[in-house]
Amino acid sequence: MSRTLSFKLAINEALDLEMRRDPTVILLGEDIVGGSGSPGEMDAWGGVLGVTKGLYGKHGNRLIDTPLSESAYIGAAIGAAACGMRPVAELMFLDFMGVCFDQILNQAAKFRYMFGGKAKTPVVIRAMVGAGFRAAAQHSQMLTPMFTHVPGLKVVCPSNAYDAKGLLIQSIRDDDPVIFCEHKNLYASEADVPAEPYAIPFGEANVVRDGRDVTIVSYGLTVHRALEAAATLSKRSGLEAEVIDLRTLSPIDWDTVIESVENTGRLVVVDEANPRCSIATDVAAYVAQHAFGALKAAPQMVTAPHTPVPFSPALEDLYIPSADAIAAAVLKTHPQALAA
Amino acid sequence: MTDTRIKPIVMPKWGLSMAEGKVTGWLKPEGAKIAVGDEIVEVETDKIAGVVEAGDAGVLRRTLGAPGTVYPVKALIGVLADEDVPDVDIDAFVAAFAVPAETEEAADAAGPRYEFVDTPAGRLRYARRGEGEKTVVLVHGFGGDLDNWLFNIDALAGAATVYALDLPGHGQSDKAVGEASLAFLSGALIAFMDALAIPRAHLVGHSMGGAVASAAALEHPGRVASLALIGSAGLGPEINSGYTDGFVAAGSRRDMKPVLEQLFHEPATVTRQLIEDILKYKRLDGVDGALSALSANLFPAQRQTHVLADRLKETDAPILVVWGETDRVIPAAHAGALEGRATVEVLPGAGHMVQMEKSSRVNELLLDHLKR
Repeated sequence: MSRTLSFKLAINEALDLEMRRDPTVILLGEDIVGGSGSPGEMDAWGGVLGVTKGLYGKHGNRLIDTPLSESAYIGAAIGAAACGMRPVAELMFLDFMGVCFDQILNQAAKFRYMFGGKAKTPVVIRAMVGAGFRAAAQHSQMLTPMFTHVPGLKVVCPSNAYDAKGLLIQSIRDDDPVIFCEHKNLYASEADVPAEPYAIPFGEANVVRDGRDVTIVSYGLTVHRALEAAATLSKRSGLEAEVIDLRTLSPIDWDTVIESVENTGRLVVVDEANPRCSIATDVAAYVAQHAFGALKAAPQMVTAPHTPVPFSPALEDLYIPSADAIAAAVLKTHPQALAA
Repeated sequence: MTDTRIKPIVMPKWGLSMAEGKVTGWLKPEGAKIAVGDEIVEVETDKIAGVVEAGDAGVLRRTLGAPGTVYPVKALIGVLADEDVPDVDIDAFVAAFAVPAETEEAADAAGPRYEFVDTPAGRLRYARRGEGEKTVVLVHGFGGDLDNWLFNIDALAGAATVYALDLPGHGQSDKAVGEASLAFLSGALIAFMDALAIPRAHLVGHSMGGAVASAAALEHPGRVASLALIGSAGLGPEINSGYTDGFVAAGSRRDMKPVLEQLFHEPATVTRQLIEDILKYKRLDGVDGALSALSANLFPAQRQTHVLADRLKETDAPILVVWGETDRVIPAAHAGALEGRATVEVLPGAGHMVQMEKSSRVNELLLDHLKR
């Protein structure tokens, strides 16, 4: 049965369904139960923004409220995964990854490779990403490229509630460590979500809008900005943009991107991460190398600037790639439309 | 608005969820003579691309719907009238035309879009339309769901109480399919009728659903008033397992598109949304297992396991057989299997999904069939 569900509740439902299906799924994180051991814990808030609310009442001690030490509980989750559990650790903000990076970069990502395929590490690390939440420079970064750089990690960043549920279920069932990035400004966004469990395979981009004039590639929150830009361009300039939501950044669906650029001849990549060595540069470079003959204009990148996320609301609003900036980048690939 | 010489052509409503549609192109120019059933204008919804066929005869006096433009359901997109109706009257008709508002009460009165019923074969989803004395049950094919009857269910509802169900393993019904046999599916169909207290029904089956309906008629002749078999399985040994295997294997838009294109005479009928809806269904837990088991048991290696034509010849209930001439899944030659026993119609310009591609003609045939 399908009904409208928010991104936040879709994640909650995915966790609930997988915990019901598989007794080895456990949750760890700071305050994910909320008020452990005190009266009222059954309806406690559940995580910093309430994503795990209600799960303690259903699954009890399979949710573990941890001390405020990311290095300790991310390490514990990775160790438990290596020993046969399927832990989902909530890191609150991806920005906090710094203190537990050895466990992720040098341990979790390497086990399968260094033990000749005999070990697996089915751990999921969920964390909020992205700006626009008035949470300043240490709680707002889009650090996705730091993880796509590391072989052995899978990196997921959904743009809507339907994908969030299906990709999180796939992440939990996957035998490799998965960094699951949740844009905090999408938590309230709603979509039709089936009540049944379902899994969206990794490495399968979603073409969210058909178009013949330009390919816009993005992921996460900025997919919606790209769609806004596409609607404006269609109305004002008669340009029809094809919009691709990558959904997973490792693995990444090159075939869908290349096939689209071969049809449109033009590429705009939109990435909320900082511009250097980002998803945007990666996609632009890959297309330049593998579809050079199809390109009719230089690929364009629309990204955050190379600065920390500002705390000033006025500046923060300018920081995230806007629909206007995306539309302007599309017009750069169509100089004759720009002149007209 | 009471000028009966002038007939409006309006944006059709294909299924309850359709609120608007895009005119993609006119197939007849202004001034063309139109006969009933002529294809006049192409329309695309978020689900599917289709063709509006003339419900009246006359001259196409106005083509108002601009290609590429989206119109609400029931909006005026063209005008039919005889040659002798003056232009000024046509213009007055167009100026005075008001889109009938669909009130919330009317939408509520139509009932919920879907309902669920618990049966021994699992929880099954269904839609119910109309209040007629006769009862019709629509049974979709392999990998399909009740929305395969999008263009038929409302047309039939004028003459009967019409049910369309999702078979086990399909749509939003439970995904368990027992031993994945034809007997399990036909048993589920009878269980569905039991649960809804339907003593006897006219069964309309498409593709694998035709074999399911046929098996139900053979096992429970008292429950089946008539059979309508559309592009049906069970009438001959051949089947294109390239389609069924491809449907089971395809997990991406890129792989699924060419598979679905085999279903239609006109491949452009397959929209992005249609592919996405099918992928969403296929991702549900249990679907892969159900479809793999059904295709292995019923359609292994280019053959159909059950050929029921000879046994159907010995039954008494009226049978209608309809096929799309260019069916690429089950050959149209199978339509001849019940020659002499059944009313047989092979429709040109249609593929396996003939009930969608030639919906007006198929609806006409079904309504005639129900009268017998």
